[in-house]
Amino acid sequence: MKNIIEIENLRFSYPADEGETPAEVLKGINLEIKEGEFMAVLGHNGSGKSTLAKHINGILLPTSGTVTVDGISTSDEEKIFDLRRCAGMVFQNPDNQIVSSVVEEDVAFALENLGVPYEEMRKRVDDALKDVNMYDYRHHSPAQLSGGQKQRIAIAGIIAMKPKCIILDEPTAMLDPQGRKEVMAVIKRMNREYGITIVLITHYMDEAAQCSRVVVMDKGSVILDDTPRVVFSHVEQVKAIGLDVPQVTELAWELRKAGYDIPQDIITEDECAEAVKRLFERE
Amino acid sequence: MAILETQELTYVYSEGSPFQKTAVDNVNLKIDEGEMVGVMGHTGSGKSTLIQHFNGLLKPTSGKVLLDGEDIWADKKKIRDVRFKVGLVFQYPEYQIFEETVYKDIAYGPRNMGLDEAEIKRRILETAHDLGLKEELLERSPFELSGGQKRRVAIAGVMAMNPRVLILDEPTAGLDPAGRDKILGHIKEYHKRTKNTILIVSHSMEDIAGFADKILVMNKAKLFCYDETEKVFARAEEISQIGLDVPQITRVFMKLKEQGLDFGKDVYTMEYAKKLLLKKLSERGGV
Repeated sequence: MKNIIEIENLRFSYPADEGETPAEVLKGINLEIKEGEFMAVLGHNGSGKSTLAKHINGILLPTSGTVTVDGISTSDEEKIFDLRRCAGMVFQNPDNQIVSSVVEEDVAFALENLGVPYEEMRKRVDDALKDVNMYDYRHHSPAQLSGGQKQRIAIAGIIAMKPKCIILDEPTAMLDPQGRKEVMAVIKRMNREYGITIVLITHYMDEAAQCSRVVVMDKGSVILDDTPRVVFSHVEQVKAIGLDVPQVTELAWELRKAGYDIPQDIITEDECAEAVKRLFERE
Repeated sequence: MAILETQELTYVYSEGSPFQKTAVDNVNLKIDEGEMVGVMGHTGSGKSTLIQHFNGLLKPTSGKVLLDGEDIWADKKKIRDVRFKVGLVFQYPEYQIFEETVYKDIAYGPRNMGLDEAEIKRRILETAHDLGLKEELLERSPFELSGGQKRRVAIAGVMAMNPRVLILDEPTAGLDPAGRDKILGHIKEYHKRTKNTILIVSHSMEDIAGFADKILVMNKAKLFCYDETEKVFARAEEISQIGLDVPQITRVFMKLKEQGLDFGKDVYTMEYAKKLLLKKLSERGGV
């Protein structure tokens, strides 16, 4: 698989006030993300994970280093629209990204701006709404929808542009458990069925555990980058930077510490139940 | 002694219109003074509508809300006093900050209560301390602070009114694990010092397990249950059926039970799971 996103020695500082030295938010990030990958980025508030996300579709530009998406450098001003069509972004607050008073108009917003012909637009909007299970709501007002439904509308607006990757910046942080499940199900399906590359910024360890790759950021650097299984087996390191590991991983780790023979890389409930059962079935 | 009580409380939105909806349906509830209560229920369950009755933001369609044994709507002129006695911290309270300094923002509520400057100052210092806000922050603009700090300032503004009942609607929403533990820790500190009754709305049973004496669960406008934490968690299966999130660790023990490994106890915190398993394993001869 080829790389869809390439981040090379990315450094970024927000502009400083007169007389102050700028604080570096990203301190030399190197990442290669393959086409079709489903990657989570974890890190506590202030670790730089959202700043990183905003670099992928050119909302922020590197202070130094490069970010390339599908061969387009994000610093190439002339190609910024191609870049945004290729890499769509979903933000945390569902209320901040809806612009229309009718669901289907909201989904069509970007397509109208791109000048997509009516017939084509009609089809893409309907398909996108069906993809996120919101077709029945196409004539509703977004104001009457739940947070999870609004996030799915936002995702539909991105899907309608047929992007190659979607970057989601804590899309479930403001949702209730039901809304979180709905949104995660849609994101997973977009990845599996359409091969869309997903970069999911999250604080939820159970969401990260569902991804194929987890990148952990701390103080502007990538400190862990591997499968969720391997990343979460570093229980102490993950906890030391203010994050959690899934409870099942922690339980296994505690039992291991007490001297019991239990695998260190448990990340699902079934694996945990199985391992505990095995301990009790020993002679 | 019950500090808050509801009697056949019912609330109907847009009564008589096509959008008519019963959001709270015949709820009878008694909350004792000094308790720390976790409030759960999925979106649309009626929990927000219910808590907005506790300080008179909504008036019951029928039924009563009693504070200290008195109907809060008996005398309409006294509803303002009810709002001083029952403090409500909304979701994302940091969006409601408006003053030019942290000090003035926290002072807003106490000043409206008509307290003198010395008392206001005393309360501000006390609550700022409870919430881990350093004194030098008090003269800064709240808009220069981090998101977590802003939220604590907004919470301090309500705490400084020293309400007998403090209600917080999802105080940890959108925070990372460290920020979440910090805020819950500060609220516990405040509870220890003041012994005031506290209600916290949360979607996370894991969080609730860590602080609540009792849990109130709303489902489809009705009171699903109000009981001691352990007793509510013992109904984990039913609770997950009504769409609420059960801690992962509880689900593991539910699975073990299905597979014939029953520990006879309900497990809902990591700490307890670890203790229980280590004990049972050592009974079998240990490592």
